[in-house]
Amino acid sequence: MANYLLRRLLIAIPSLLGISVILFVVLALAPGDPFGELTTNPAIPPEVRANLRASLGLDDPIHLRYISWLTAMMKGDWGYSFVSRIPVDQLILQRLPTTLAVIGISQIVALAIALPVGVYAATRPYSIFDQVANTLAFVGFSLPTFFTGLVFILIFSITLDWLPFVYRTGIDASGWRWWWEQFRQSIMPIMVLGLFQGATWTRFVRSAVLDVIRLDYVTTARSKGLTEGTVTMKHVVRNAMIPVVTLVALQMPAVFGGAIVTEQIFRVPGIGSLLITSILANDTPVIMAVTFVFAALVIFFNLLADILYGWLDPRISYS
Amino acid sequence: MTERLLEITGLKVHFKTDDGWVRAVDGVDIGIATGETLCVVGESGCGKTVTAKTILKLIDMPPGKIVAGRIGWRGRDIVPLSPAEMRDIRAKEIGFIFQEPMTSLNPVYTVGEQIAESVRTHEGLSRKAAMDRATEMLRLVNIPSPQRRVHDYPHQFSGGMRQRVMIAMALACNPRLIIADEPTTALDVTIQAQILDLLNDMKEQLGTAVLLITHAMGVVAETAQRVVVMYAGKVVEEAPVGELFANPRHPYTQGLIRSIPRIDRAATEHVRLEAIPGTVPSLLNPPLGCRFAARCRYATEACVAAEPPLREVAPGHKVACIL
Repeated sequence: MANYLLRRLLIAIPSLLGISVILFVVLALAPGDPFGELTTNPAIPPEVRANLRASLGLDDPIHLRYISWLTAMMKGDWGYSFVSRIPVDQLILQRLPTTLAVIGISQIVALAIALPVGVYAATRPYSIFDQVANTLAFVGFSLPTFFTGLVFILIFSITLDWLPFVYRTGIDASGWRWWWEQFRQSIMPIMVLGLFQGATWTRFVRSAVLDVIRLDYVTTARSKGLTEGTVTMKHVVRNAMIPVVTLVALQMPAVFGGAIVTEQIFRVPGIGSLLITSILANDTPVIMAVTFVFAALVIFFNLLADILYGWLDPRISYS
Repeated sequence: MTERLLEITGLKVHFKTDDGWVRAVDGVDIGIATGETLCVVGESGCGKTVTAKTILKLIDMPPGKIVAGRIGWRGRDIVPLSPAEMRDIRAKEIGFIFQEPMTSLNPVYTVGEQIAESVRTHEGLSRKAAMDRATEMLRLVNIPSPQRRVHDYPHQFSGGMRQRVMIAMALACNPRLIIADEPTTALDVTIQAQILDLLNDMKEQLGTAVLLITHAMGVVAETAQRVVVMYAGKVVEEAPVGELFANPRHPYTQGLIRSIPRIDRAATEHVRLEAIPGTVPSLLNPPLGCRFAARCRYATEACVAAEPPLREVAPGHKVACIL
């Protein structure tokens, strides 16, 4: 197992290198200049601008720039944001907890919906409950988050005026009051993301359970005189979870991507909105770092999926 | 006659489909005495498996439905029993061995856990004691080094070994009856013989009655004391095994016996193995008269007109044929 992990981590290195090369090249080829603003600023003479560019190495050939970026990264130096002059790693670390909290809780909400509803619906296929759940799930995953987000804001913030629709970092309250405000401002982005994921996963859980429930070993379990509950939980769900866990782990990076939109709608100061603002400002070091973090997440969750898979299914061995 | 352990009378199990009700089992009478081996034989789709699964109510209801009949288990009708009461009978009083050893074991639990599960459910044993029982059962069904194998997963066993595990599982609570639904069909020939020997052994050691479902007449000859021949959801003949092979009365039984490959008629004689022409009729709208009439070489008009009742032609030998 340790051997397998080591091998997988070693394989991750060339993948990450490849990803960084592609990202770097694409960003270098993209139009736009981080110092675009300075060109139109009459207070800054052209030679100052040229010096600035030269000092940052922006005029070097692309491979030299890549190598200097890579060596800096390896030393743990993520560079500085062109716009805010704050170190990139600090910027990301500032934003990451909010994103992790919102996404993490929304995924828990999604699983809390998908697992019980999917399993219950699959044990009673084509019942009223199943049909209602199916229809709602279909609606849920057909509606994009930017649409439901706006609908939520319209209903809960504007019409009913229950919830704030702009996420604030500095809440001037403490104790329970702080938690309450935090809850009020997070609930909409969490529900929008959670319901969307929940709808997708409900359908997946249902079909995974339906695949298992007709198998012979479930009848064997029933023939042993186990209760329906034990049969469902121990023999059906346990096996149906194998593909579900894999899917959930593999979808996690996509969830981060999807969260960018939701963060933008609710003004959540997370890593997604950091990416958007830095793209708009041509802030290359930040774009590079954030996309690289996303890439690393993809590789991490892939590894996690494989490990979970082997842990859940004894037929898979790591040797 | 000894006290009947299981007494099925007039059992009808129908399945609802989009085209109507399929009469998979349509009036079946089967009885098994304590410690007896009864074979139910017939070709695919004649209702053997449905009959067997219905005894433990393992068919899906709906679409399945017990339309009529009585399943007497030790003098008590189990058709009206609640799910909870049925659970007390499953594994504890009636064990079940399935056809497909490759898919009948749960791949994510060790065989020990799966055997121990029924013991823990019915006898309330501790995990430790139940695992000891599982090891004991594996030893009983001749699995080598049971202490080690009890912690193995199903995929680490071959088909024959898995069927031994299934037998161990079915016997774990020491039931009075074992229903084996084509336990050897999915196995290759040498393994088939071993599994049948094992079943016979177990039966002798533990005094368990066996209801063996099969479509292989060879298996019948080797294991049964009595035989029930089923055709299209009905019993067409019932007799002690010797009597059935010596003096088959129903044309269908005769056909089945003729279709057994025989080693004494060498291939050099160029005798073609006989087959029964045609297939089992649709059970959606079964023919009015004898269901075998369309394939029967002796069929007369009387056969098509009315259904022949099961009548006793010799002591213990019943046949549903007017001839």
